[in-house]
Amino acid sequence: MGELLVKEKDIVVPGDELATGMDFLPDSGAYRDNDKIIATRLGVVGVNGRAIRIIPLSGKYIPKKGDTIIGKVIDVTFTGWRIDTNSAYSAMLSSKDATTRFINRGADLTQYFNFGDYIVAKIITVTSQKLIDLTMKAPGLRKLGEGRVITVNPNKVPRIIGKNGSMVSLIKEATGCTIIVGQNGIVWLSGAPEKELLAVNTIRMIEKNAHVSGLTEKVSEFLSKVN
Amino acid sequence: MNSELRQNVLKSLEAGIRLDGRKTDEYRKISVEYGISVNAEGSARVKIGETEILAGVKLSVESPYPDSPNQGTMMVGAELLPLSNPEFEAGPPGIQAIEIARVVDRGIRESETIDTKKLCIKEGEKAWTVIIDICTINDDGNLFDASALASMAALQNAVFPSYENEKIDYKKKTKEKLPLSKAPVSVTVMKIDKYFIVDPLPEEERILDARLTVATTEDGKICAMQKGGDTPLSIEDVDRMIDIAIEKTQELRGHLKR
Amino acid sequence: MTYKERFDGRKFDEIRPMEAKAGIIPRADGSAYFKIGKSVAYVAVYGPRNLFPKFLQNPEKGILRCSYNMMPFSSGGERVRPGGNRRSKEISMVTEKALLPVVDLNEFPNAVVDVFIELPQTDAGTRCAGICAAAIALADAGISMRDLVAAVSVGKVDDKLVVDLNYDEEAHEAGSTDMPVAMMPRTGQISLLQMDGDLSKEEINKCLQMATKALRQIYEVQKKALKHKYEGESI
Repeated sequence: MGELLVKEKDIVVPGDELATGMDFLPDSGAYRDNDKIIATRLGVVGVNGRAIRIIPLSGKYIPKKGDTIIGKVIDVTFTGWRIDTNSAYSAMLSSKDATTRFINRGADLTQYFNFGDYIVAKIITVTSQKLIDLTMKAPGLRKLGEGRVITVNPNKVPRIIGKNGSMVSLIKEATGCTIIVGQNGIVWLSGAPEKELLAVNTIRMIEKNAHVSGLTEKVSEFLSKVN
Repeated sequence: MNSELRQNVLKSLEAGIRLDGRKTDEYRKISVEYGISVNAEGSARVKIGETEILAGVKLSVESPYPDSPNQGTMMVGAELLPLSNPEFEAGPPGIQAIEIARVVDRGIRESETIDTKKLCIKEGEKAWTVIIDICTINDDGNLFDASALASMAALQNAVFPSYENEKIDYKKKTKEKLPLSKAPVSVTVMKIDKYFIVDPLPEEERILDARLTVATTEDGKICAMQKGGDTPLSIEDVDRMIDIAIEKTQELRGHLKR
Repeated sequence: MTYKERFDGRKFDEIRPMEAKAGIIPRADGSAYFKIGKSVAYVAVYGPRNLFPKFLQNPEKGILRCSYNMMPFSSGGERVRPGGNRRSKEISMVTEKALLPVVDLNEFPNAVVDVFIELPQTDAGTRCAGICAAAIALADAGISMRDLVAAVSVGKVDDKLVVDLNYDEEAHEAGSTDMPVAMMPRTGQISLLQMDGDLSKEEINKCLQMATKALRQIYEVQKKALKHKYEGESI
């Protein structure tokens, strides 16, 4: 006979008991200790049938295959670029994955991407030792020009993007800014200075209220008030 | 390296606003809190926006220097704690921390804020030494001005510990304040391209061309300066930056106890 | 003379008033403030992040690195010279060991989680205050943990067993014994145990019972601090 000790959307901290008995199963952010299920992360409870998971509220970005991220060039080598990913690990962008154009061996790679440049790229490999490869050969992947780069809590990125990109579209429309949100919590935006500021403030507001219901209405209101 | 960031900052400055929407000569919210560490003889916390600094004063009794046998001494130390910024490393103070400590030191020393003669207990034998330590809690830009303000506030907050039979009892505090005659305050003005700004964000600090820290006392006397940054300044620039600094000093001093 | 009443009027098994906050250092990945009596700890956590020099890396999991430091003006006596000493190095090490059993860094080979503990004001029990704050800060940083860790010092003043000694008690003229204890509150497992002074085996046992009780109170304060920070963000 099992019993759930928490409710959906409760905030829990590591060590909190979530359920007793064998009826429930620990999913991500939880583990079983004999007949108890215990939280390992600070986060919000999610119950899906018998599975209990913790949706984290904080924590660094963990690189995953298929993620589109915004990275910064931190080194240029013979064969490619080393990219900071805003995580514990940097990634490699090899010259063959950087462009459809042919790059001669020994060419000066800084003419493509130079130190400090920001790029939008996709993660194609993550090994168990966290060696990460990137590609830029897909639509929308490119070097980013003049604009603002801000760091947000990567756990809040899904809310900033919204369902099918609805939230970020809302901000883009209201501010006229170009906005790219990397899965790794780096956001790049460019537009008129005061509109950039409005977009940044809106994103900060979403970050703070990520778990509030009716967020879209709140955001619309926020944007219209200032406009 | 930071050319895109620079372009972006300049784009905003051309439109008359900063990255966070402030005007060029506008400080973030400033707060000064006195007596934040009970064991220090004096202490203060300064917040400028999200930048947070603690400063504390410790007193001890030493023999005076032979060339000034009737005076006590003062010293300023600064630690850029690795807890306050991911780029700060543990270990002995680097040049950045040393510069902050020395600029704060000069502002206090050269204005003769502390009457060092009154720190003398017995000429040639015993005198008080005043040590101010600055510790960073969160670095969100403008450590210079925050450090100077916190140091001054900590001095204002300080009282002598009891001293009897040539022994200090740190547990027993007297009501006697330090002999302070002035209150120097520093304002740092940055030059980015043709723009002058105060109270920089870390992004603005990364792309500054030059900075000038100006310490002034309440009677308007300039008691210390420090130019930083890789780009030279014209005489006109310096003139303009000093004007801005003197004007903003009033505002910062307003946060200190009179 | 026997120790009949505590200097600050507490009961013998009573801890000093506590205050805890999570997320007080915006630049850090996780942070906390913990105050017990007049001892105060600020903690910032950075990471998991790149670890250099490379020879320190562990290819199997991330490492935890703690640093305990007293601010120069924090002590009740003379100024503390900056730059650390043998005492602060040892405390850094035992703090690391106190936290390690709960922290899961298997997902982060070759990386490091840095825990910086800074004390602006001290009145005994500072390593324990540092550990309490560090556990909050690690959870705030989103580190995967099997439990929190709570710590308190217990011991003997003159002939009385007491919880959470302050400086005056440690300096009691009739002698005192100090035994810092850290525990994972859920399971009661001990991850830090030090002692200096003079206790019988029975007294040690009694002290550990007293610590267990006190640590449950501390644990509640730690949990509350974390939940408080994020409460506004839910529902």
